[in-house]
Amino acid sequence: MSTLLEVSGVSVTFDGFRAINNLSFQIGDAELRSVIGPNGAGKTTFMDIITGKTRPDEGRVIWGEKSVSLLDMTEAKIAQAGIGRKFQKPTVFEDQSVRDNLLMALKKNRGWVGVLLYRPSKSDLQKVEDLATEIGLYLELSRKSGELSHGQKQWLEIGMLLAQDPRLLLVDEPAAGMTPQEREHTTDLLVQAARTRAVVVVEHDMEFVRRLNCKVTVLHEGSVLAEGSLDHVTSNQDVIDVYLGR
Amino acid sequence: MERSFVAKNPSVLVFLTILSLFTLGVTVLSEGFGIGVISTSFVKTLGKTLCLCLIAVAMDLVWGFTGILSLGHFAFFGLGGYMIGMWLMYERTRLIVVESLSQADIPPTPAEVVDAIGTQIFGVVGSSEFPLIWSFSHSLTLQLILVVVVPGLLALIFGWLAFRSRVTGVYLSILTQAMTLALALYLFQNDSGLRGNNGLSGLQNLPGVTVSQDVVSLWFLWASALALGLGYMLAAWIVSGKFGSVLRGIRDNEARVRFLGYSVEAYKLAVFTLTACIAAIAGALYYPQAGIINPEEMAPIASIYLAVWVAIGGRGRLYGAVIGAAFVSLLSTWFTGGQAPDIPLGFYTIKWVDWWQVLLGVSFVLVTLFAPQGIGGLFDLYSNQRHPDRHGANLGPDEGALREKEASL
Repeated sequence: MSTLLEVSGVSVTFDGFRAINNLSFQIGDAELRSVIGPNGAGKTTFMDIITGKTRPDEGRVIWGEKSVSLLDMTEAKIAQAGIGRKFQKPTVFEDQSVRDNLLMALKKNRGWVGVLLYRPSKSDLQKVEDLATEIGLYLELSRKSGELSHGQKQWLEIGMLLAQDPRLLLVDEPAAGMTPQEREHTTDLLVQAARTRAVVVVEHDMEFVRRLNCKVTVLHEGSVLAEGSLDHVTSNQDVIDVYLGR
Repeated sequence: MERSFVAKNPSVLVFLTILSLFTLGVTVLSEGFGIGVISTSFVKTLGKTLCLCLIAVAMDLVWGFTGILSLGHFAFFGLGGYMIGMWLMYERTRLIVVESLSQADIPPTPAEVVDAIGTQIFGVVGSSEFPLIWSFSHSLTLQLILVVVVPGLLALIFGWLAFRSRVTGVYLSILTQAMTLALALYLFQNDSGLRGNNGLSGLQNLPGVTVSQDVVSLWFLWASALALGLGYMLAAWIVSGKFGSVLRGIRDNEARVRFLGYSVEAYKLAVFTLTACIAAIAGALYYPQAGIINPEEMAPIASIYLAVWVAIGGRGRLYGAVIGAAFVSLLSTWFTGGQAPDIPLGFYTIKWVDWWQVLLGVSFVLVTLFAPQGIGGLFDLYSNQRHPDRHGANLGPDEGALREKEASL
């Protein structure tokens, strides 16, 4: 398995507070990974760095076979390179229909001239319908996404990520506020997605992480505390001290 | 799914029908071609109102759909007016000068003609030299191109600087207002080359045209109606597709659009520049009907009025912008023209010329607070559209996002 994303020796300081401290992280082509850690461990900042929202003070972020550095790229360019991100709060475009949301996310030319002249083809609309079926929103395609329930919005956002067809999916607390059945569906979606691409799931909920059944990275105070299977890290004394033992 | 553009946007057809009927009606009732019920000066007022509707459509694109509260679009409007005004003034003065010099014994040399035109135009600011910016004023074609190019270029440069630095929200509004103010103050100077606070005048007289203003006023009414119709269709086409989706996405949640891989800055710049060009065309049609343009027209207050029109009409719906602009500006003409009857209260008489702005201000506040959908919201009542119930939350985290009460299901 080749390395898709390599983060090495990255540090960020906000007003003297070291949010990320010499963090290193690697993920392969079709891998599912959970990132856990207590509040303030730097999980969200870690995603901000990869997606270009935050510039690190030092370190390298290397992407893909051609080993390009993500640090000089804008958010839009990074997204075009194949990194999709799902936010903690479901952020969909609430004024627009589920179909429009998915169409906007669909992997297509992102330049403004191309978008201005773009009219959805039959195959594009078919793709959108297939996606909607996969995330269980087929019947809601024409509804405004602002009307959807919290869980449906989360799925729509996951659907938008899949529509982008990214090579790396960064997912921030996907199961927050979901009912047990909704969680199960979400787990399936993520496991399914990880067959063809890399997926990083940031999560608080141990039960959810256990169900994902994947390698776990524990963050603490901005760096990696432990890495391995869930059983391996939960038996690690450092992890118990800072996270589980609280 | 293969439905035509009009079928998917019935409001465009309705709008165009109403606009054509309106134009036809005014023509029939006018002094120029009809039975003379509507005075020529009122035809001009209506023609100018159509231009204001066009710039309101531009404002709705940039503010209602993209969430950029620009307080600078009247600067582009004014610049468009100046560009066409330069040719109108030059050409008319030239005809007068040639006419008067032809009485002389020796035919004038071309240089003498140009000097005489310069003296005529710039005498009022104590100069007779043509400034550099008048280089193309002899050519109608070139000045017509400049109508779009000059404001477009200004918008492009300003927008590039502002959007690239990710200035958003109220800071961007202040920046656009500062640009407008700076431009107006610059033009107030006599050596700016555009006759300082005198501005350009006599623009209602088309050079070489001998028919009366009764007819010319209708020409401009038709041209304004055509421009409004085309501008409306263009705007409706832009917001109907995926481009419109992206714009509304930028309005409601800019960061999310960026993480989808769209370069938000490029989109904002495209919309800002395009709407500046639309505003300039509206201005180029407005000022020949007004007859005079001076820097006062570009004062920041004008751009603020523009935002008020769009807000009162209902933002995020193109017909709302048109209704708002037409309604408020015609009402304003009525009140400030002294036609509205004064209200004697015994101890004080309310003179609408003075109190109209207070009334406008109060209605703006009331609309914003209690009827954020504006006049356009009345159409939602008719078509049984409801507000989404989002428990007080607006549609996005961004400042320009639609408010809960503005949105409809």
